[in-house]
Amino acid sequence: MILLYDGSFEGFLSVIFECYAHKIEPEDICTEEMFQGTMFSEKITVPTHKQHAHRVWKGWQHKLSRELNQLPFLAFLSGEKGIEMRLLHFARLSFASPITVEGNYGDEQVLAIRKASRRVTQEAMRMIEFVRFQLTRDGIYFSGIRPRYDVLPMTLKHFKDRFADQRWLLYDMKRDYGFYYNLEGVEEVTLNDKAFNVTDSKVQPDMLEEGEEAYQRLWANYCENITIKERLNLKCQKNHMPRRYWKFLPEKKVL
Amino acid sequence: MNEKTQQKLNILADSAKYDVSCSSSGNSRANTGKGIGNAVNCGICHSFTADGRCISLLKVLMTNHCIYDCAYCINRRSNDHQRATLTPQELVDITIGFYRRNYIEGLFLSSGVIKNPDYTMERMMLVAKKLRTEERYNGYIHLKAIPGASKELIHEAGQYTDRMSVNIEIASKPELKRLAPEKNHRSVYQPMGLIKDGILQCKEERKKYRKAPSFVPAGQSTQLIVGATPESDQQILSLATNLYHQQKLKRVYYSGYLPVNGYDSRLPAIKTPPLVRENRLYQSDWLMRFYHFRADEIVSDTHPFLDLDVDPKLAYALRNYHLYPVDVNKADYEMILRVPGIGVQSAQRILQARRFRKLASSHLKKIGVVMKRARYFITNNELPPAIFDITPEKLKRQLLLADQMKRRKIEDTQLKLL
Repeated sequence: MILLYDGSFEGFLSVIFECYAHKIEPEDICTEEMFQGTMFSEKITVPTHKQHAHRVWKGWQHKLSRELNQLPFLAFLSGEKGIEMRLLHFARLSFASPITVEGNYGDEQVLAIRKASRRVTQEAMRMIEFVRFQLTRDGIYFSGIRPRYDVLPMTLKHFKDRFADQRWLLYDMKRDYGFYYNLEGVEEVTLNDKAFNVTDSKVQPDMLEEGEEAYQRLWANYCENITIKERLNLKCQKNHMPRRYWKFLPEKKVL
Repeated sequence: MNEKTQQKLNILADSAKYDVSCSSSGNSRANTGKGIGNAVNCGICHSFTADGRCISLLKVLMTNHCIYDCAYCINRRSNDHQRATLTPQELVDITIGFYRRNYIEGLFLSSGVIKNPDYTMERMMLVAKKLRTEERYNGYIHLKAIPGASKELIHEAGQYTDRMSVNIEIASKPELKRLAPEKNHRSVYQPMGLIKDGILQCKEERKKYRKAPSFVPAGQSTQLIVGATPESDQQILSLATNLYHQQKLKRVYYSGYLPVNGYDSRLPAIKTPPLVRENRLYQSDWLMRFYHFRADEIVSDTHPFLDLDVDPKLAYALRNYHLYPVDVNKADYEMILRVPGIGVQSAQRILQARRFRKLASSHLKKIGVVMKRARYFITNNELPPAIFDITPEKLKRQLLLADQMKRRKIEDTQLKLL
């Protein structure tokens, strides 16, 4: 039997609820979008049910240690192929065990879930590291970025605490939505006409505040000058700062 | 932001690059109300230079004029190169400008000494003060303490900063005398002692009043130049242990000597910095800070220098062959940490995972243990330690050979362009 859901985390939790309620052992769990049809097995679409999802999530978090109570959600965000079946296996382990099972690294599925969640948190950390704001003419600090996973919501608290006295706009260009901080709170926005390049987030020159480009040049030159030429180690640089972020960084762009 | 500032920053960044420290960790200063900035406890790197080092802080000198003439320093008085000075206001503007664009985590301000130590320290302190009071800035600030500056100035500076540091540079007293005759051993340790006392005092006060003003909350660090003078690794590491325990330092940095003043005959003539030795020292430092090693277990009177061929942990294991093999399913954390090929993370994972099952080699490999090394030093329930009839010397040769083969293979498969 193959279970289908709508792709949301709540939808997935509803699937887990169904599995327990009707004692289903699914062959696969997959989003409606990704489903390609099979010849032999039966498919059932599980509707998203808020209360069911809530019940599963609450119970599940009880079974996890405090520092890791977001683990299933983070692993789910990775969107990896087969992560749903792994999470179902993990849920069964957690619910059946009297002690927390996140440390069960000997179990292949648990290890895979830990690794997936690590990749997601790492991507969120990289947003915090590599987001670069450009000051626009209307006084908004803008930054566009293309994160591999949908992690911008996880970074909002950090940016809100840090840049409490400036208006900023963080835009996920891959998923076409972003967050705007208006000195009071953060709101979700979708921009219709974009005054920036959607691949490298560069704002059109006439929209930039005067002096913004000078700052970018100053920074790029600074980075150039702080390098010790005798100790060049490009591989190390690339390991810490993967190439896919370089197009967003003023120090790596030719101005 | 005019051309002149641009030029000045270029010169002063170029002069500041030999300072190794760039950490922004160890403090979580919160944003007070609606100011700018906060500090994150784990620290954040915002960029990486082509030499592979991170840029977390705006690392810059206030001025590269200096009244001293230390042999190892690029900014020594007798060097003929471009000099510049940034005013406190310029430094504040650049820091805030960069910070708002998320380029940096904070400021690391160092300086050459102009006029006298007090004058220099006061101007540096002014930058920190302006940032904290005028700009309501709560990001990270790391200030260099100038040897010879007065107690009052250091104390005031400490209230605005997160970290302070004094560079020892040359590990032994007579060598310092030889290379920097105008400085003396005491002038370096005096500010270090002042900062240490300040930190301790602040901790006591904070026990009584939660809101007592903070003093250098992220602790202090220092830097040692390696390879400019004939000190042994044993001397360097025992000094480092001393600094960690007695002076309560957070970090000691090691900087492989770069021949910046090639003309000075007091310094050794080398072409490239001793990068391997520097790396081995850092590895030893890590062993001391995270792996529960003591300095005398890493180097001793019989072998005062670190083995450059193998890392210090493997060298330790080969010297203390009788302690192995370690049973990963039974041994305690301390002993698992001492297995070459198992790091802190793998060791912790092993401890957690073995509550659920006996771990086999395949599990260990997936957990992240480097089996290529570790398999000579561990046992588990599946195999007897069959490899254990080789002598340490032979094992060392074998491991080195495997390393060389790997390197050669990489070279063979890559096309040579030149």
